[in-house]
Amino acid sequence: MASDTGVPIDAHFTHCYDDFVLDVDLALPAKGVTVLYGQSGSGKTTLLRCLAGLVHAPGGVLSVDGEQWQGDELFVPTHKRPIGYVFQEPSLFEHLTVEGNLNYAQKRVDLADPSDSVLSSNEVIELLGIENLMQRKPNQLSGGEKQRVAIARALFSQPELLLMDEPLASLDTQRKREILPYLEKLRLELKIPIVYVTHSIDELSRLADWVVVLDQGRVVANGSLADVLTALDSPMQLDDAGVVLETTIRSREAQWALMRVSFIGGELLLADNGRAEGETLRVRVDARDISLTLSQHTDTSILNALPATVIEISACPSQDAVLVKLGLGHQSIAALDESKVIDEQSEASRDSSEMLLSRITRRSAEHLALAVGSQVWAQIKSVAVLR
Amino acid sequence: MDENLAAIWLTLRLAATVTLVLLLVGTPIAWWLARTRVWFKGAIAAIVALPLVLPPTVLGFYLLLTMGPNGPIGALTQSLGIGLLPFTFWGLVIASCFYSLPFVVQPLQNAFEGIGERPFEVAATLRAGPWDRFASVALPLAKPGFITAAILGFAHTVGEFGVVLMIGGNIPGVTRVVSVQLYDHVEALDYGQAHWLSGALLLFSFVVLFSLYTFNRRASSSVGPRV
Repeated sequence: MASDTGVPIDAHFTHCYDDFVLDVDLALPAKGVTVLYGQSGSGKTTLLRCLAGLVHAPGGVLSVDGEQWQGDELFVPTHKRPIGYVFQEPSLFEHLTVEGNLNYAQKRVDLADPSDSVLSSNEVIELLGIENLMQRKPNQLSGGEKQRVAIARALFSQPELLLMDEPLASLDTQRKREILPYLEKLRLELKIPIVYVTHSIDELSRLADWVVVLDQGRVVANGSLADVLTALDSPMQLDDAGVVLETTIRSREAQWALMRVSFIGGELLLADNGRAEGETLRVRVDARDISLTLSQHTDTSILNALPATVIEISACPSQDAVLVKLGLGHQSIAALDESKVIDEQSEASRDSSEMLLSRITRRSAEHLALAVGSQVWAQIKSVAVLR
Repeated sequence: MDENLAAIWLTLRLAATVTLVLLLVGTPIAWWLARTRVWFKGAIAAIVALPLVLPPTVLGFYLLLTMGPNGPIGALTQSLGIGLLPFTFWGLVIASCFYSLPFVVQPLQNAFEGIGERPFEVAATLRAGPWDRFASVALPLAKPGFITAAILGFAHTVGEFGVVLMIGGNIPGVTRVVSVQLYDHVEALDYGQAHWLSGALLLFSFVVLFSLYTFNRRASSSVGPRV
């Protein structure tokens, strides 16, 4: 089924235990990071365990890259699935050294063609910076080091699918900051798909290419990062409305210690973080950091103001505020409709990162007489550089 | 004095054999008890633990009957041409195995339970099949449990008396173990010999327990489940 439609991970599970019901029917992309996002109890870990075969949900159907892992009569046990799994707690074998833990994985891999390997042993060890830990026992490692070894161990088993269950949740803020850069490197270096469970909007913003939002065992949103973040009816909007933009560093304004970055739809000035021109930066703009004006202001301290067109307005649950979805650039309503048609025809080809979200008071929206098609200037008060 | 040494040698031989047999038999039982969720698990656990509370003479009495000429085990051994087991070394081994079973199974069971589910899940995600998981995860992680089980099984077999008397009688070099020898000395009012033997057993028991506690403290402060 999966090979026919070109859908790489095709999962259908209905699983009940106690009073919890997991009911999902999902198609996930074959590359990049898919984040399963949701509050605790939303079923995201259970879903991940179903993918790994650690939970056997009777009646479930799962195929990965055209290979059936679970079906009518079929259930491939965990140890026969080509996965790597990183648990929430590092879970190293306490009786083995770091090297022993890595060898445990390596010994059990049977690679017909060594060039099929995801990453070579040395690459993995270097990528995760564990060269100097090899002879230590797990109880001589910090929490962050343990988790890095656990990730390395998962990669040593040459997985075709990497599953990560809140790998940072058991760590304090300091350790999280220590590990996130490694995860970001992984995302860039690995050719295999990663399914990453988290309830942290920060990790989601930094790592996700594709997002599945779960609530009480059901999928409430499933789409690209930009699509899910800018869908006004998405459950993400309650507290954390905002968008993530992939930008490229273009030039520097050295005298002001600023740098100019561009993205589809516009340019931004950011504080210079010393990265080289041409590098990509992922930035997050929170909806509450964008205010709207009807004309372009030049007498303002705001650095970044972009022309935009109102695409959609929705009320926030808090009554006093509204959430405004903006398309960048000043466009006519006709053009908007046109882009919608194109949108429907080729959903995938369109990159929605030219959207912004603005959270303003209902009073302001009324005062500016905002409506779909209104042309405004989005004043961006702050931009968070994610990486 | 020679008799004492013969008794000590027999006792050590018996205890070593029983410990070995029990580690082989007790490991699967403990593993099963630690992992199973069947409803009759409680009943099996109770049967294994029975020798903890049962007077050894009761156990010895039933074993004597089953291994005797009219008992099922007796009939079996006779038909196999082995003859009857009571009043032989191997009869003692079998009886002692029953008697010391809980002292081996329970530390092992605790050790296996102490590992938890996670290391096995980790091993499965690293391509280890069920037997591989047992050998590469369960056995090494339960090592402190195995050491405790071996020491307890050995020491407890050395100290038995009632079962031996019922099933083995008092045959020099065959079934006359240290505790029975000691009883003989006292009955004969030979307190000198009795002192010698008692002192040796006292020292032995202390050394065993001391090393056990020392080992356990070390083990629990580094890795592994506590027993």
